[in-house]
Amino acid sequence: MNWINHLAILAAEEGGHVEITAGDGGFWGDTAWIMLVTPFIAFLAILAVGKRLKHHGGEIAVAALAINLVWATALFVLNMTEGVLDTTNTIEIANIGSGIVFELGWMLDGLSIMMYFLVNFVGLLVFIYALGYMHGDVRVHWFFAAFSLFAGAMLVLVGAPNLIQLIIGWEGVGLASYFLIGFYWEDIANVKAGNKAFMTNKVADVGLILGAILVGISIGHFDFRHLNEAAVAQDPALAAVAVAGGALLFFGAMGKSAQFPLHIWLPDAMAGPTPVSALMHAATMVTAGVFLMARMFPLYQNFLEDSVRPWMVAIGAITLFAIGLLALVADDIKKVLAYSTVSQLGYMMTAVAAGGYTAGLFHLFTHAFFKALLFLGAGSVIHAVHSNNMSDMGGLRKFMPKTFWTFVIGSAALAGIFPLSGFWSKDEILATLNYEGYVLVMWIAIAGAFVTAFYMTRTVALTFFGTYKGHGHPHESPRIMTAPLIGLAIPSVLFGLVNIPGVEIPGVSNFTTWLGVSVVGLGDHHAESIDITLAIIGSVAAILGLVAGWMIWGKDRDTQQERDWFRLPGLYPLLRRKYYVDDVADGLVGVTMGPMAQFVNWTNTYVFDGIVNAVGGATKWLGGVVYNGLDQRGVDGVFNGLSAAADSAGSSLRKMQTGKVQQYASGFVAGVLILVVLFVFVI
Amino acid sequence: MEWFETWGLTVTVFLPVLGALLLGFIKKDNEDALKRTALAITVLAFIASTVVVANFDFGGGTYNTYQFEVNETWIGAINANYHVGIDGISLPLLVLSTFVMVLAVIYSWNHWEEPKNPKAFLILMLILATGMNGTFVALDLVLFFIFFEIVLLPMYFMIGIWGDKSLRQVPGFSKPFETRLYASIKFFLFTLFGSAFMLLGFLALYFESGNLGDERTFDITQLTELGASGAFAGWSVAGWVFAAMFLGFAVKVPMFPLHTWLPDAHTAAPTVGSVLLAAILLKLGSYGFIRISLPILPEEAQVWAPWIAILAVIGIIYGSLACLAQTDMKRLIAFSSVGHMGFVMLGIATLTDIGINAAVIGMVAHGLITGLLFFLAGSMSHRYHTREMARLGGNIKLMPVIGGILAFTAMASLGLPGLAGFWGEFMSLVAAYNPLEGLSLGVFRTGMVLGAIGTVLTAGYMLWMLQRVNLGEPNPEWEGHDFHDADKFELTAWVPLIILIVVIGFYPKVIFDTTTDAVTSMVDMVFGGDSTTASISTTVKGG
Repeated sequence: MNWINHLAILAAEEGGHVEITAGDGGFWGDTAWIMLVTPFIAFLAILAVGKRLKHHGGEIAVAALAINLVWATALFVLNMTEGVLDTTNTIEIANIGSGIVFELGWMLDGLSIMMYFLVNFVGLLVFIYALGYMHGDVRVHWFFAAFSLFAGAMLVLVGAPNLIQLIIGWEGVGLASYFLIGFYWEDIANVKAGNKAFMTNKVADVGLILGAILVGISIGHFDFRHLNEAAVAQDPALAAVAVAGGALLFFGAMGKSAQFPLHIWLPDAMAGPTPVSALMHAATMVTAGVFLMARMFPLYQNFLEDSVRPWMVAIGAITLFAIGLLALVADDIKKVLAYSTVSQLGYMMTAVAAGGYTAGLFHLFTHAFFKALLFLGAGSVIHAVHSNNMSDMGGLRKFMPKTFWTFVIGSAALAGIFPLSGFWSKDEILATLNYEGYVLVMWIAIAGAFVTAFYMTRTVALTFFGTYKGHGHPHESPRIMTAPLIGLAIPSVLFGLVNIPGVEIPGVSNFTTWLGVSVVGLGDHHAESIDITLAIIGSVAAILGLVAGWMIWGKDRDTQQERDWFRLPGLYPLLRRKYYVDDVADGLVGVTMGPMAQFVNWTNTYVFDGIVNAVGGATKWLGGVVYNGLDQRGVDGVFNGLSAAADSAGSSLRKMQTGKVQQYASGFVAGVLILVVLFVFVI
Repeated sequence: MEWFETWGLTVTVFLPVLGALLLGFIKKDNEDALKRTALAITVLAFIASTVVVANFDFGGGTYNTYQFEVNETWIGAINANYHVGIDGISLPLLVLSTFVMVLAVIYSWNHWEEPKNPKAFLILMLILATGMNGTFVALDLVLFFIFFEIVLLPMYFMIGIWGDKSLRQVPGFSKPFETRLYASIKFFLFTLFGSAFMLLGFLALYFESGNLGDERTFDITQLTELGASGAFAGWSVAGWVFAAMFLGFAVKVPMFPLHTWLPDAHTAAPTVGSVLLAAILLKLGSYGFIRISLPILPEEAQVWAPWIAILAVIGIIYGSLACLAQTDMKRLIAFSSVGHMGFVMLGIATLTDIGINAAVIGMVAHGLITGLLFFLAGSMSHRYHTREMARLGGNIKLMPVIGGILAFTAMASLGLPGLAGFWGEFMSLVAAYNPLEGLSLGVFRTGMVLGAIGTVLTAGYMLWMLQRVNLGEPNPEWEGHDFHDADKFELTAWVPLIILIVVIGFYPKVIFDTTTDAVTSMVDMVFGGDSTTASISTTVKGG
């Protein structure tokens, strides 16, 4: 019996009614592993021959994802029209004893298929964009190699049938992220940004690894199917470790999905080339944490509703609001988008944590398109003005109309303006929070919607309106870059429609259904029909933000640089210093690791080595005493051997080669004989 | 093939030392002939070991049954026999040993350190090979001891003659020592100190076995049988015997606080010496625990296990912190071994099949990865004539291939999942969560958490090393230097390691198919089953 059927029956027993058909995707399902392999082939091929190609291997990277997108689309359509797929294919890679087996493979279910589509679709467009963006840059082949490595690792992650493969993909994307954040490694600041990302995530990974061990060992299986079945069946072994395991896994998710206070790496990650930020640090990789929470949803749903989940919701709420505020004071357009990403990840995490499986994933889905769009738009602007700072921009709508219009669409979608995709997904989150009784958090989320609209209006105004304040003559980016912008603008507008509550498109199952209807039976209480009141409140908040933003930054177009009046005393420095979280983290690492390392090194030299050297010195001295005092005969076993050794430290090599070793050997043998004699008599 | 079934291991073990004799007849200045002969010999030894693999019966048998077994009377007076054989635990280590030796010879081809003398160096390497291979197949304590000790002398000379010639001030001594002398003597005496106790332990087992059975024996299989049946359980000095052997093995591993010979020896040794030290010599100690201490004195092992685990975890944290304080790249890599071997020992201390499996794959992975790191460090200091990280930087710009491989290997070393180093670390944490029934859960689970934190520190110092050595702009002092990137000998030695690191990373089955049966049946036989089996049998009904 497969998982979905199993869950469906359980749901039916609880009075729910669920209609599902599970399939295996036929040809496309059987060959879906190709998606997990092509990027790695591309990686190796680019390293091997990339330098010699016209686009330095970019064409290989694009080809790999284009192939992948065929499979991803086919599966996406099959899943939507022919019923939910639910299969897992694995091969065993290790049997480590005690019945524990490690496997690699690929999973086909609503969640993984959504992610395959997302990664490959957004990935392909970003890769194409990068062909233009990276043109003429240094090490372009390495860029595309690492980018392909990332795509492969991400697909390994989202296709993972078990925690082990998930961990492999998880750290794989972390590695690619490290490479690409530090892509311009001549500047040590970029290297440090890469290190910060890697290390922050590594800290979080302690949670992932330990959490995986706890839940995996408790039932003897690391695969999601068994874990989720055990969770549904309220397995006592799993129940015993659920709180600790769930909390630890969440801690892991906090790292990748940049939840407060482990978000600190993400803004710094903007040191990488902009396409990297678009794909990895906005659309896909950072969703891994939310993905994990969704993957393990039954664990949280069945065991942790009252223990771990409220904390998760709280952290998500802090993240979505507090970090969103930071976007208000940033001058670097990529930093604005980075803070915005953290904030949106907070929305997703809050939703999934509150029990809104569909709501969280829906937002993950829509956000990927419009946030990638915004980053690529920002990249297009940066490409034109050669600066990341909005104080060097302004008035660009005249020079870059395509970039401008697509950026506006992305901003409106992010701000949740009706009827763009962000509106639907954010509304669903609000509805979920309301339904689950997190009313306060719901209001925070509404306030967050205001802030989002506010800072996006600021960004659009500062970048595209007023007069140009930079140098040179900015011009629109080449078509290879604007085409992906349009390619992302379309789903940013339309993809909200796939999940309008209560609206069914004939022949197409709606988002909730194909995402894994089973989980609905577990209490994913998403709205059955649109909650008009909340939709209106949310929209009002967004529009208020928009208007307020426009009043501050839009009207005063020519003196936009003079924003001092906005610098509220108290709040402004707090925001500029990013709530001091980075300072505290840096300080903590600084005051602990450095001195500890020095202390250990000191102990090693002066205590442990000191003892060794003292023993050596003392033995040498004793050897001298024995030699001079008792002549060479007598007690010349161990001590002589040892002292000879210590003595030779000062002498030349020639001596060493001519017989000293025989001396040690004889000393050693004599010593052992003495000890043997003692030993035999003592016993 | 029947002949090989009997004498295959003997060939693998003694071929190198015969080769060393052969080299003795070749003129000192005929470098080519010397190198070719040495290469031929090590390749033959490697082929012999692969033939052993090819004819190995992977289905198993129970623990304490060996394949390719030879048992001939050797020193009748003390009932010491020439008893060799191999099982799933020792097979990967034997192959690792013969394999790395081939790479070491290839690398040596054009990397002779002062005072050169390829003949002497190659002869020492071949003697070393016999010692290492022999240790992994010996099934008689006297034989084991001899092989274990044979290893010492060549390594001592390698460090002492070809090692680091800089002067070094040792605290408490007025005169500075030559680093190579200090390091070689420290290495020798430290190991000897441990070995002396180890031998005492062996002798005690020998005498006690006479009290139990009809004949005193050094035979590991017979002693294992006695041990597993609980014959040594009531022995009043069993704890002391375990402790004595512990000292011998722990020095070799090395375990905190007996590790201080390691950074000095590794740093001072010539490149090939460091590689062999890290790749294989350290494993002799951890292998000794698995092969001798655990099965023969299982009750004592259970008493000592928490202490071993504590020392192992201290080693992980301590070694990693020490790395963060290093300024010398090679010394940093050397210290990293303390941490990595800590994971191996933590695995062993759990006394479970998963833990011992973790230890074996951890040993293999550490051999490949740290071996490669030392190769790289050697090649770099060969070019820069310094190992001071403060003077390096931007290496990947000056030498993209070496820099790239260094980045790869550093990632492997920090335990990146998907590369070989991950499994040993991860599985020893898995094992520490559920150690053998009766062992302190508090100790082991604390160890698991600290070990996991250790992986963060490992990542920290590896990234830090990359930052200082590989990235950033090159130090202006190298301007105008024409560094040649990796040459064909270096690549020939390194690429196989890289491939293996990836293959084992993605398909660890290549190791576990060999080890799991042996390890599981060992734990069943010696410790009466594994604690995790019990908890897993209560698993949910399958899907």
